[in-house]
Amino acid sequence: MNHTIDSTRETSEARTTEERFVTPATAIRQSNDGSYLIEAEMPGVSKEGIEISVDQNELIITGRRAFPSTDGRVVYREIRRANFRRVFELDGSIDRNRIAARIENGVLRVTLPLAEQVKPRKITVEG
Amino acid sequence: MKLIRYPETLVSNWTPFDQLASIRDDFNRLFESGFAPLFREARMLGGWAPALDVHEENDALVVIAELPGMKKEEIDISLHKGLLTISGERKEETPSDEGKFHRNERFYGKFSRTVSLPAEVDANGVTASYRDGLLTVRLPKSEEAKPKQITVGEN
Repeated sequence: MNHTIDSTRETSEARTTEERFVTPATAIRQSNDGSYLIEAEMPGVSKEGIEISVDQNELIITGRRAFPSTDGRVVYREIRRANFRRVFELDGSIDRNRIAARIENGVLRVTLPLAEQVKPRKITVEG
Repeated sequence: MKLIRYPETLVSNWTPFDQLASIRDDFNRLFESGFAPLFREARMLGGWAPALDVHEENDALVVIAELPGMKKEEIDISLHKGLLTISGERKEETPSDEGKFHRNERFYGKFSRTVSLPAEVDANGVTASYRDGLLTVRLPKSEEAKPKQITVGEN
């Protein structure tokens, strides 16, 4: 059964050219000033493999990695041969122009600050 | 009575296997979103267990482990009686005054994985490197373990 699907996969994938993606394990935090921090685990991905885009109210992060190729035989395999992708829906209060990201040791960190006027402000009472 | 032959571009071939492929993709998605968290939970009983690959080349064994967000010093590699153990502890990198969690799928804390090596290795020649969150351990095979060509003699 696997063989049938695998052998026909070449023909169908050639047509659709769909990439294989896996969802990265992610932690989302919010700090006291309201800004968000997304930490997504993408082992094997370096800066060049990262693609981040904002479309309407969606934040899309994609991480591509080169798979270790050995001329040996595979004894045991758990690492998924797929790239990473995740889509987040953005709150209207996030300032898209100031979204920043960096990747270190396979962990992508995206900071999403809030737009200035949305931050909690204290209003002093006159008189 | 004429037999009309349609050029390839007008009529696209219907291949039933296209649908099989999309069913397969749906299954993948199901396993990823639905079962993946369960799978992790099962591993949690023994602690966090990073994914690893073991490859065998002619001259060496190569073990690759996914260990994102670690420092080299936090990773321990030991070899004993044909068993390779990769262990360590992952601390939270950002201090918790970074804010409260909305969602956390990442594991922290101690982890340990042991694999039984399929060939004898030379412990003195073992090297390891950590890059982009991937740990690669290269274990050269001992002389006896390397594949040998045996020539057939005349008599």
